[in-house]
Amino acid sequence: MALRLLASRAASQLRLAVFPRGFATVINELKYTDSHEWVKVEGNSATIGITDHAQDHLGDVVYVELPEEGATVTQGSAFGAVESVKATSDVNSPVSGKVTQVNSELNNSPALINASPYENGWIIKVEMSNAGELKSLMDAGQYTKFCEEEDAKH
Amino acid sequence: MKLTAQCFRPPNLTRAVLQLTLTCLILMQRVLKAWELLEVKSVLRDKIPVVRRFSGGGTVIVDHGTVFVSFVCNKDSVPSLQPYPQPIMAWSSLLYDQVFHGAGDFKLRENDYVFGNRKFGGNAQSIIKNRWIHHTSFLWDYDEINMAYLKVPARAPKYRMERNHSEFICRVKDFLPRSAFIEGIIKAAGTHFSLRFVPWDAIELSAAANFMPSSRMLTRQELKAAIDAEPESLLSQSM
Repeated sequence: MALRLLASRAASQLRLAVFPRGFATVINELKYTDSHEWVKVEGNSATIGITDHAQDHLGDVVYVELPEEGATVTQGSAFGAVESVKATSDVNSPVSGKVTQVNSELNNSPALINASPYENGWIIKVEMSNAGELKSLMDAGQYTKFCEEEDAKH
Repeated sequence: MKLTAQCFRPPNLTRAVLQLTLTCLILMQRVLKAWELLEVKSVLRDKIPVVRRFSGGGTVIVDHGTVFVSFVCNKDSVPSLQPYPQPIMAWSSLLYDQVFHGAGDFKLRENDYVFGNRKFGGNAQSIIKNRWIHHTSFLWDYDEINMAYLKVPARAPKYRMERNHSEFICRVKDFLPRSAFIEGIIKAAGTHFSLRFVPWDAIELSAAANFMPSSRMLTRQELKAAIDAEPESLLSQSM
């Protein structure tokens, strides 16, 4: 709510239009981080991307910095970055392990992250080194509540 | 850029950095094709340094007339501010409205600071888990001839309306005195933070530490490769 007041005050002073944002999509089968990444687990393989909430707040993605295949990732640490118009944002890994695949389509079509954040906009696949780390992640319901509380605080 | 990147990493203090640029160089966004943004042959011929920046934002040429202002903040440094591009832009626009209000028809327009429909300030941000940086490059003054190193970008704000650089940008010095400009920024920052001035010679830039993310200078080999990568149809147009 405070974010809307701040934006409205800025808009009023600077003669801009501000429109309310709709609710972001959350997928039930996925797990989520408090930095707005999602992970899909299939056996020991984890597919990782950023959420609809994140892509909506970042804006049009124009470049994605991808790690190398074979690189090590650590839970909670950045492995790459997403660049939208005027901003770069780190992408943090929900799990630790080794990168087995990167989505090279993002080199030519970074906007896949906006258009399809949970499917064609996936960023990396990881062979997990510690599946127990998944317990620290949020499920869909918890993440939805987290986003609502975060938006309400600002 | 090195000082700003150094401030971005621990210790987690909020910092505002005001810098005056002395040399001519190009800050380039992180895209794969330099030939889309630069007149690479001219850049190589005149030995203009090109730095691929770690923060977002477009490609700009900076020289002795450019003033950088960077805010390096913890996630919670500004109460009630979500660390995303638009909220950060909205916050900074309110701060700079204190500086430029009344100087001209100042407004934030599609992420640029303008007087009327002419840009005088460009913005860029980098956001990590618990910190963010927002910097603005202000065109206090500029050399027209340097603008020739830049192409009109394919992705340009709508209000640019395909104008060339000289018709699109303007100089801050034509709108307010330098003292009002610099002191205004300091005063506006002081309404949000407690300020402590640190002289330039008291800052130790670490050459040894490898800060990530970081900007880096492109090599001559990389710029020559960009010429080779440019489609022939565009090469013949630029000759």
